[in-house]
Amino acid sequence: MRGRLSPNRQRWLRFKENRLGYFSLLIFSALFLTSLFAEALSNDRPLIVHYQGSYYFPLFHDYPETAFGGDFPTPTDYLDPYIRDRFSKPGNWAIYAPNVYSYDTINYFATLPNPAPPSAENWLGTDDRGRDVLARALYGFRVSVLFGMALTAIGVFLGILAGAVQGYFGGRIDLYFQRLSEIWGSLPELYLLLIFASIFRPSIGLLLLLLSLFGWLSLADYVRAEFLRNRQLDYVRSARALGLPSAMIMWRHILPNSLTPVITFLPFRMSVSITALTSLDFLGLGVPPSTPSLGELLAQGKDNLDAWWIGVTAFTVLFVTLLLLVFIGEGLRDAYDTRRVRN
Amino acid sequence: MTPLLQLRNLCVSFENDGNRLHAVQDVSFSINQGEKFALVGESGSGKSVTAFSILRLLSAKTSGEINFQGENLLKASERKILGIRGKDIAMIFQEPMSALNPLMKIGDQIREVLALHEGMDEAAARARAISLLEKTGIPEASRRYSSFPHELSGGQRQRAMIAMALACRPQLLIADEPTTALDVTIRAQIMNLLDELQREFGMAILLITHDLNLVRHFADRVGVMQMGQLVEIAETGQLFTNPEHPYTRRLLDSRPGNIVQPLPAEFESSEDLLQANGLRVEFSYASGWFRKKTFTALEDVSLAVKRGETLGIVGESGSGKSTLAMALLALQAVAGGECRFEGISLNTASRAQLRSLRARMQVVFQDPFASLSPRLTIEEIVGEGMALHHPRMPVSERRDLIVRTLEEVGIGPDALTRYPHEFSGGQRQRIAIARAVILKPKLLVLDEPTSALDASVQKQVLLLLSKLQLAHDMSYLLISHDLEVIMAMSHRIAVMKEGRILEIGPAERIVHSPHHEYTRRLLASVQFRDP
Repeated sequence: MRGRLSPNRQRWLRFKENRLGYFSLLIFSALFLTSLFAEALSNDRPLIVHYQGSYYFPLFHDYPETAFGGDFPTPTDYLDPYIRDRFSKPGNWAIYAPNVYSYDTINYFATLPNPAPPSAENWLGTDDRGRDVLARALYGFRVSVLFGMALTAIGVFLGILAGAVQGYFGGRIDLYFQRLSEIWGSLPELYLLLIFASIFRPSIGLLLLLLSLFGWLSLADYVRAEFLRNRQLDYVRSARALGLPSAMIMWRHILPNSLTPVITFLPFRMSVSITALTSLDFLGLGVPPSTPSLGELLAQGKDNLDAWWIGVTAFTVLFVTLLLLVFIGEGLRDAYDTRRVRN
Repeated sequence: MTPLLQLRNLCVSFENDGNRLHAVQDVSFSINQGEKFALVGESGSGKSVTAFSILRLLSAKTSGEINFQGENLLKASERKILGIRGKDIAMIFQEPMSALNPLMKIGDQIREVLALHEGMDEAAARARAISLLEKTGIPEASRRYSSFPHELSGGQRQRAMIAMALACRPQLLIADEPTTALDVTIRAQIMNLLDELQREFGMAILLITHDLNLVRHFADRVGVMQMGQLVEIAETGQLFTNPEHPYTRRLLDSRPGNIVQPLPAEFESSEDLLQANGLRVEFSYASGWFRKKTFTALEDVSLAVKRGETLGIVGESGSGKSTLAMALLALQAVAGGECRFEGISLNTASRAQLRSLRARMQVVFQDPFASLSPRLTIEEIVGEGMALHHPRMPVSERRDLIVRTLEEVGIGPDALTRYPHEFSGGQRQRIAIARAVILKPKLLVLDEPTSALDASVQKQVLLLLSKLQLAHDMSYLLISHDLEVIMAMSHRIAVMKEGRILEIGPAERIVHSPHHEYTRRLLASVQFRDP
């Protein structure tokens, strides 16, 4: 019996019925969860080292090379054949990550010139600086998704706030706010980014701030329209007649009924955010050079067309991510559209 | 004589979400040449679906036979059907604004039909269109020929649509709720027009309606539909004097009648609970770039409501009666005049004062589908006012009160955890009443409380309201366009038109010796006769 369920529960069931969207969500969540544990999956440091009777956790602590019988008090390079040799002595052991490179590991002991094609050593080859492509793609995916989530969250928060105030109060507030956001929206975003990239040292935080400044505009329009529509309805008038204060009416009555555009746009907004970050990185205006980033990987692929594994990897990761998000978004949109006739 | 239209075992079903919905089951009836046949039923009874499937305007699964002039329309080719639509069988709809093309002059829309079916040239079609418009009683027909639909009034639009339907002298006219969207005083005119034209053109009419009053004065024979089935067919006179099916009897019994209780003597002399003096409400709207125009929605409205009494306010759409309700509840800013509740002026009351007053003046709106917050449970909806006005009441005590109030309006306690969409229109309206009554208000404003409900539910809700009024000593301000509802419930009646109160007085006096011409017209339309 569907009738007994709350509207949100019904929507969730409808979403689950859409197999493409539902499986996309499962796959995307699995990929994202996996990437959260990237340090344990792809790292040049062993997870645990047992050396001469004591345990070491290089994942969390830096140990000097002298701790493992090296000559210098510098941080250990665990890929050094000498160190590896020490670990394989009887009584000592080390558990390495499945992929023994982190995003910024340069393999000084590689046998091939960079960029090296896929091999048993580097499963997806290396880039032109000798860094492992698989590691960079994994960390880059995580950065992209986290960045997309953060940008979407900030955009949604600001968008709802601005849209709700405009839509609920209407009249003069709405009028001035609309004009203001029109002026704001016509600022040339890309040039601002270019200018700021040359003034400040680019960082993820700065990018997040700059993109957030504009990200809320489109959503605010939708939320505003929903609030304008809903505030006319009788249940809102009833709430006013009960004496409920405005903030409570907005929070309890209008907001839950105005979330349809917010939720259905979430995956699409995320894919737009990820694309934005990737393109800025591609142009070299994005995150600082050492940060793993899909855009930077794409740029490398463009610069090294003969090293096909770089471009193909970056493209595939980006393509699959965006495709999954679009499928999730379509599923959500259908789940929220009650008028759609299913056949 | 073979009937003009004959339906045999018509079944129509829709598929939705994997469920099969049988909208019409096994319906058979026939209409003779020049006969006026009415299909009556409440919403969802399948009467409109039946009408639409005659012209195959639905994408549904149909079986059975629809014979028109010896041909089964369900089996006819698409080409054949196109030739019949608008030529042999024409249709008029409930809402003329959405049935007419808003971007086309009405004359051109009529001419289009003529050109399509009769192959007339432009000049001849134009002359014919104008004469048709004249026939339907549109003043200055040749000028109106080049009007757009939005430039006409509701009644004129319906007349234009009738002109369009009659353009090719159809054998059968299907009228789907032709007057439901119109004001009561215009309803009678349109029905009289249809009557005249029917006689003149000698066509048959299939009238689809929920309004029994309309049927009684119009149809030769009536079919009563309930839940997709035709439960009774009879001559009109016989149906009204001697209904056979229990559902027909229930339908006939659903007119409100007189359920007003005499006002207890102690309230007669009491002070006024609510007083309004010279209320004036204006709306301003932009006209051009910097100019503003004002529209006066209420002008010099004065009224008073005593304790325990019902003041009925009757008026057609646009008369300002809902604006008046909003102004009296201080939910609409007033441009002039004063409104006092229990002696406190609402215009000058502070916010906090107003908030505590709100518990004592509550409101029930027309549309039970829009007036309950769709994402809240019934417990949250009904309990919201208590939580706000009596925040210290323990949760268990509040729940008891909610259960008791719901019981009082006839809703079981299992409703608490359910959501509004699980209830029917009548049940929702009961829940909306519970939300208002739980606060023990002194004044309850009822803004068209039964207009969106089916006839048989309407009376139950009115009876409930009447019972609650006595039990809780509430005053009602009842607003409706339906004079019958107003007459059934009110101690005193105010008649509104164009933002003014034309007359106000005891119900008896207004009904039996109305002072105003407009009131007489309203009364006449209820009794369905020319004033």
